[in-house]
Amino acid sequence: MRMSEFIVREAISASVSAIQKEAVIREMVENLRQAGYFKGNDADDVVKAILKRELLSSTGIGEGVAIPHAKHSSVERLVGTIAICPSGVAFDSVDSEPVFVLVMLISPQERPSEHLRALEGVSRCLRDKSFVVSLRKATSSQQVWDLIANHDRA
Amino acid sequence: MTDAMTGETCRLSIAITNPQGFHMRPMQAFVETACRFACEVSVGIADKQPVNGKSMWGLLSLGAEQGMKIIIETTGDGAAEALKALAEVVERAYDEVPEPPA
Repeated sequence: MRMSEFIVREAISASVSAIQKEAVIREMVENLRQAGYFKGNDADDVVKAILKRELLSSTGIGEGVAIPHAKHSSVERLVGTIAICPSGVAFDSVDSEPVFVLVMLISPQERPSEHLRALEGVSRCLRDKSFVVSLRKATSSQQVWDLIANHDRA
Repeated sequence: MTDAMTGETCRLSIAITNPQGFHMRPMQAFVETACRFACEVSVGIADKQPVNGKSMWGLLSLGAEQGMKIIIETTGDGAAEALKALAEVVERAYDEVPEPPA
């Protein structure tokens, strides 16, 4: 699954100033909420589910990238968003380094294959170190989107 | 499960039984385990090029769902021991605790 198929364009944030893990996660979920996802208390539930998953093991997989994720019944298909944190976030990553690029995935319950397909898509883009450097330099959500859309087309 | 050893290379084909597939937590445990050994570790699936089993990015690109088979290949020092440890990681249940209702 290509990233441009599940990243919600309107929820991308290129300049997250928060430097704490929970604050960044909350901001990303709030961006999705403002883009029309999650009703009522669902946004809070999603934050809790993501934080609960992080307690099992950090999704900071090294090289400045994290993939926080959760399953939640409020989404009918897998949705995602991206945050670029220029100051870096302490994320308990596997390499103990701060995280600068976060890709959040929220998938419906009982749809594990979508989640795995999305991870493939994230890997296709972000395993390329020069692509991550470009993302970190992006100063607007439009620039982030263009980088992803162009990479998906290549 | 088949097991073949040729010199310093060991190979094992193993079915993914976890309903969530080969997801991030087992992948992380796999990489951590693989990195404890000096040997090279590759992981392949059906029609895809094998990936580096010591790299999260490699494993993330596999997309191994329940029922699919992955082929783990270890080459070099400690290959047999590494293969045994990696098979245990793949076979371990990571979702034994059911999720409470949302």
